[in-house]
Amino acid sequence: MIPKIPIGQGVEWLVEWATINLSPFFGVIKAIIKFLVDNLSGAFLIIPPAIFIILFFLLAWYIAGLRVAIGSGAGLFLLYNLNIWEPSMHTLAMVISATIVALLVGIPLGIWTARSKSASRVIMPLLDFMQTMPPFVYLIPAVFFFGIGTVPGLIATVVFAMPPAIRLTSLGIRQVPVELVEAAEAFGSTQYQKLVKVQLPVAMPTIMAGVNQCIMLSLSMVVIAAMIGASGLGKEVLRGIQRLDVSTGFEGGLAIVIIAIILDRVTQNLGHKRKNPS
Amino acid sequence: MSKVSVRNLYKIFGEHSNRALKMLQEGKSKEEILQTTKSTVGIQNVSFDVNAGETFVMMGLSGSGKSTLLRCINRLIEPTSGQVLIDDEDITSVNEATLRQIRRVKLGMVFQRFALFPHRTVLDNVAYGLEVQGMEKDERIAKATQVLEVVGLKEWENSMPDQLSGGMQQRVGLARALASDPDILLMDEAFSALDPLIRKGMQDELLSLQATLNKTIIFVTHDLDEALKIGDRIALMKDGAIIQIGTPEGILTNPADEYVAKFVEDVDMSKVLTAEGVMKRPDTVVTTKDGPRHALRRMKENGISSIFVVTKDRRLAGLVLADDALTAIEENKETLDDFILKDTPKVPPEFPLSDLIPLIADSRYPIAVVNEQEKLMGVIVRGSVLAGMVRRGGEADDS
Repeated sequence: MIPKIPIGQGVEWLVEWATINLSPFFGVIKAIIKFLVDNLSGAFLIIPPAIFIILFFLLAWYIAGLRVAIGSGAGLFLLYNLNIWEPSMHTLAMVISATIVALLVGIPLGIWTARSKSASRVIMPLLDFMQTMPPFVYLIPAVFFFGIGTVPGLIATVVFAMPPAIRLTSLGIRQVPVELVEAAEAFGSTQYQKLVKVQLPVAMPTIMAGVNQCIMLSLSMVVIAAMIGASGLGKEVLRGIQRLDVSTGFEGGLAIVIIAIILDRVTQNLGHKRKNPS
Repeated sequence: MSKVSVRNLYKIFGEHSNRALKMLQEGKSKEEILQTTKSTVGIQNVSFDVNAGETFVMMGLSGSGKSTLLRCINRLIEPTSGQVLIDDEDITSVNEATLRQIRRVKLGMVFQRFALFPHRTVLDNVAYGLEVQGMEKDERIAKATQVLEVVGLKEWENSMPDQLSGGMQQRVGLARALASDPDILLMDEAFSALDPLIRKGMQDELLSLQATLNKTIIFVTHDLDEALKIGDRIALMKDGAIIQIGTPEGILTNPADEYVAKFVEDVDMSKVLTAEGVMKRPDTVVTTKDGPRHALRRMKENGISSIFVVTKDRRLAGLVLADDALTAIEENKETLDDFILKDTPKVPPEFPLSDLIPLIADSRYPIAVVNEQEKLMGVIVRGSVLAGMVRRGGEADDS
């Protein structure tokens, strides 16, 4: 009999080691995310719901047109009407914070993998790993590193939501037609000019699809993160499950669907609206 | 001094390029090299010079290496070995920053599929080269506007590229290449993606632009007619090597080998040959001092029905018909003065044969070829045109 290979123990040891030795590093991450999510949810909740709905309506109108704006307004009104405005705003703030962090890390990584074959060879399998691992599994080390609450939930969310941002940024840049890259080089662009003036703008629709995916995954993970004490709509749903309370569970679930649709429709149009002549 | 000079250039694609290069120089074949090193030979031992103000065409079928060769000149593709001298500076050995500077100020490039930046307006596309040089916005916009005017697209400056037709897009591409006023234009199949009619228009436009701008143009094409039309000289490529370099007429009349001969056999000779190529030497003429009897005798001797009259310094005075000479004799005239036809057709030596054919079909008289000083250079009759075309433009001076 071959003895069991101690993969699990190994990971456990690694997590323990990281908890002890990398705690200042985790402290910084924690502080950044806490700052983001606290301020965002604070800001969302300080604004009266009626004004928030109007502002969001106008924003959606500008980005995605009147139809999406009307739908968004109606959806937000329903959240208010169902009396789950506060958890909804928490969830929205968490999704946006997680997305911002995921993009801040993911887009540069995406650019890097597009430009360097060796980076791509290391990062791409890692992404496969991250995407196929069941999301619940991320919660365990998150608790070890960051404790219980909204912030560890968000960190697990960032890890879960980042792969599509990396992948689609990388794909978008690699799909820029060769002749355009050649043109940029032939006219004497520096590497940075080529990236900023040609590759990123041309790749923008694909990158925006990545942003959209990132937001959607954040939303789904934010709900799961309630299991380790994250606040928001996930908590409502979890309460519904624990008490077998159908109405609370359904209303929480419906609210998540509404936010998902709103965010999806608005961000889907982000990539196409950007044609600004200088 | 040559503007661009390529010396013993090799490009080998693949990981073992050095080993492949050695094998190539030992005289191994491309197939052998591909089998042993998995490397593909792109360019093999190419050397040529392009003079300032010249339009140099690199022509060959697809896969002949002509686009690769063009990209070696501005190092979009890194040559494996050899030199590319631009104004006597070896571009293959300069560092990144110098290379960028050379690309910015000396080299403009025009692409087959236009390669316009889709997210930028026409004006911002044209200004791109100036922008990356760090030119101030007002200045580069002013310059770009000026160049757009040259290509006739001023009123489209705020459009996006996809709102323009193919021909217009390529004019934007040309304007973008001209914006930083480079000495050298690299044109990669620049007109191949256009409709035949628009392509012809663009060729004409390039020729007329070139007449005023006087750039050094290196033009890649697979279209022989295009090459013959715009090229001062043509390099014919096959399998990554140049098999012949010469003027359009030189390549047509003296193909270096079977391959070139085969390549050029379908060419419409009338588009390439000029009046000079098919004219007869004007041996049979009379001067203004000769009398009608002398003129008639010379016509009889040569079996012709008319004869050109020249002055003492061989300027063309006109044409005398046999009938008129006879009349002059009957009227006892001493000179031919009253019988010289002065408005018979005459053309310059570089007059294309394709335009000459209708002229000669409509005219009852032979056509005089005269230079700028009105001196008689040659004579064209129907027979000489046919002979010229049949013989691929060989000398037609004795028929």
